[in-house]
Amino acid sequence: MVPTSYYILLSAALFILGVLGVLLRRNAIVVFMSVELMLNAANLALVAFARQRLSVDGQVLVFFVITVAAAEVAVGLALLVAIFRTKQTADVDEVSTLRG
Amino acid sequence: MDFILFGVTAAIALIGAVAMLLSRNAVHSALFLLMNFGAIAVLFLLLQSPFLFTIQLTVYAGAIMVLFLFVVMLLGAEQVEATPDRIAWQRPLSLLLGLGLLGVAVVAALRGEMAAAPPGGEAALNFGDPAQLGALLFTKYLLPFEITGVILLIAVVGVVVLNQRGRQKA
Repeated sequence: MVPTSYYILLSAALFILGVLGVLLRRNAIVVFMSVELMLNAANLALVAFARQRLSVDGQVLVFFVITVAAAEVAVGLALLVAIFRTKQTADVDEVSTLRG
Repeated sequence: MDFILFGVTAAIALIGAVAMLLSRNAVHSALFLLMNFGAIAVLFLLLQSPFLFTIQLTVYAGAIMVLFLFVVMLLGAEQVEATPDRIAWQRPLSLLLGLGLLGVAVVAALRGEMAAAPPGGEAALNFGDPAQLGALLFTKYLLPFEITGVILLIAVVGVVVLNQRGRQKA
């Protein structure tokens, strides 16, 4: 079996890539995809720990994370479409109406 | 055998993530992310969770990515980053902070006691059985399970409300 730490390292690397995606990209849709990447990295760590401890509870938690992520994507993309309809752009720098 | 499979799948996952980050076209980003999700699904299978493998493929790679592609193509927002960055100092700072976070994460991952191989043998044999997971979902985690139903309902209502046209307040 592959040691759990390998999975955790891979998960950390994927999470950092997601963080960089959120910080560097300005296309709101790509930023959103990066958030999904981070959720997936966390899921991978949870499943790895569940295997390490032989406890199915971790897998149940991942199931819940995936369900909530599906709801979150639906609402988030609806928000993006609404923003695009009023602003005609998906650039996160352009959406600064709340700035004083 | 396990190590080879893990290495190849991990490499595919990392390549997918980096390519998603770097590609200029949002459709390409979505497809690379799809590749990453597929690789993570295979890793779930390696970690003895066939149920999550299926869920990952149907919900993430199937439903969520199709939704992403639909929205990208509907909006025509493939390339919105043609203009120069307004906050120029953000880029080096975020790279620096990202590397710092990676360092902390690697230290945290290596300090734990999970360097040893996970247990095998009798107990591991029937671990990750979907029936086991289902039983847990309907006994110990019954209330959270029902709450997810409410969350999904609220999401459906929210999407419909957010996207209805022509009912603005006069």
